[in-house]
Amino acid sequence: MSLTSKTIAELRDGFRGGDFSAREIAEAYNAAVAAAKLLNAYTVETPDEALAAADIADQARLGGQPLPLSGIPLGIKDLFATIGVDTTAGSHILQGFRPTYESTVTANLRKAGAGMLGKLNMDEFAMGSSNETSTYGPVISPWRRRGSNVGLTPGGSSGGSAAAVSALIAPGATGTDTGGSIRQPAAFAGICGIKPTYGRCSRWGIVSFASSLDQAGPMARSVRDCAILLEAMAGFDPNDSTSLDLPVPQWEANLSSNLKGKRVGIPKEYRIDSVPAEINALWDQGIEWLKDAGATPVEISLPHTKYALPTYYIIAPAEASSNLARYDGVRYGLREEGVKTLDDMYAATRAAGFGAEVKRRIMIGTYVLSAGFYDAYFTKAQRVRALIKQDFAKAFEQCDVILTPTAPSAAFGIGETTDPLAMYLNDVFAVPASLAGLPAMSVPGGLDGQGLPLGLHLIGNELDEQTVLNAGLAIEERAGFAARPEKWW
Amino acid sequence: MESTEWQCWIRTILAPESLGLSARLAALGPRRYPPPMSVSPEQARHIAKLARIAMSDEELARLVPELNAIIGWVEQLSEVNTDGVEPLTAVIEQKLRLRDDKVTDGNIRDDVLANAPEAQHGFFAVPKVIE
Repeated sequence: MSLTSKTIAELRDGFRGGDFSAREIAEAYNAAVAAAKLLNAYTVETPDEALAAADIADQARLGGQPLPLSGIPLGIKDLFATIGVDTTAGSHILQGFRPTYESTVTANLRKAGAGMLGKLNMDEFAMGSSNETSTYGPVISPWRRRGSNVGLTPGGSSGGSAAAVSALIAPGATGTDTGGSIRQPAAFAGICGIKPTYGRCSRWGIVSFASSLDQAGPMARSVRDCAILLEAMAGFDPNDSTSLDLPVPQWEANLSSNLKGKRVGIPKEYRIDSVPAEINALWDQGIEWLKDAGATPVEISLPHTKYALPTYYIIAPAEASSNLARYDGVRYGLREEGVKTLDDMYAATRAAGFGAEVKRRIMIGTYVLSAGFYDAYFTKAQRVRALIKQDFAKAFEQCDVILTPTAPSAAFGIGETTDPLAMYLNDVFAVPASLAGLPAMSVPGGLDGQGLPLGLHLIGNELDEQTVLNAGLAIEERAGFAARPEKWW
Repeated sequence: MESTEWQCWIRTILAPESLGLSARLAALGPRRYPPPMSVSPEQARHIAKLARIAMSDEELARLVPELNAIIGWVEQLSEVNTDGVEPLTAVIEQKLRLRDDKVTDGNIRDDVLANAPEAQHGFFAVPKVIE
């Protein structure tokens, strides 16, 4: 078995046992990354950083003191500030931006011994579900429909992360999730991805999109790998005012697929006839798998589900329009020259620097926050958000974890979805958990009739990542998902 | 919006891409889909000004129907009874921490200016504001 097809747990254990060196791992991955340019997954490659971390890891092992992630090189979504390495959030307006500081999450990963393979492509400012809004052009999914060579999207916004992990050009990657941006691409790419409880991972040094929703999380090829990475990423950070001042649980050590006594909530509002039959069939199969693991399914109701997406599309653009006000051509990033006044410089810079979807969302956000509309839209959405949160609180009196499909379709073709609203629908199952700040995970469940991966989605109660991971493990063991895209790149 | 209408909406949105968005929204009928509070081109121009994004008439003309479709769609929230519901501001209950009133950062002028498109004499430089 080649080094690049091993899981993070296997790499870690093999490295510690002396089966191979960290340098060998880094070299194998650097070569794989360099050979996969057709996927457009990386925006920057940092092979030297991967090798430097590997050499430190090899030294640490000789000294008998390997760190939790010693020997593991990772892909980093381009939303995380990385010192001295271009950090652009997939936007033209940030091209050439080299942070003089490091995000807390990537600093935590480095402290745990991990190296960096490079920065991963993404939808511009994480606004998109297909990676098509990136200034670098779309990531091409390594997956293809059976017998077809049509280019498919890896989902988004963490599409580079999903493509890299499934194409074996990163053993794991960081992602961020505002309304499904870890889970939907994980489902499309046949990998695992978890968004922890809001506040578990520091937002410091992550380019802001919608601050009340943004949350970092890992994407990897197994549930165990997600637990390993999340333990390293999470933790209290005084630099983030919404960071949770709580110890990081030992998620990996407490992994167990025995769900005896656990109740799995099946929300009736998520049963939508027009979703492809294969997706609802996989959902039923998921219920059977969890029953087999000892859990009891219970029907639950989340009555405000249908309002989650419109609520999200008020709150997220509103926060984005405020957060993105900082791109003014003065402090960093692009400046459009050749205009006379300061005001014209702002407007020209932002016109040239932002792409169409980002402009659309800034316009919606500015509109719903503008005088006379603020209460009707923004405050109203915050009230409905409270009701959505209440729905979940009530549901978790009856169950311990909730099972749904991750997305209403398998991966679609690049350029196939052009309507903004149709694109937004990709996150119909993912957004409610985001609005409620709950931990949620996508785990691959199987392939559809065209040979494309489909994901199952687990939502847990506040701070209960463990039950989400354990239910994910139970599904992983029973689904036996081992499919990998056939190499064409 | 009744549950069947929700299903109908999903079905419509999931309809083949060959059907344009306006056609698909029209398929829902005027009663099901309340006519959006129209954003006029002048209003859109004002929003663009507030957002400090230069936009041509052509761009605005393209954007107005998109904004109207999205705004019309989010307007369905008006049917939710939110009487007595406090707006949610902190998704996970926590007290805002206070820190000691101490200087913990600073003396990093060059770092702060490192990415400025134009820096002069240790300051950010901008086009002339006062003639």
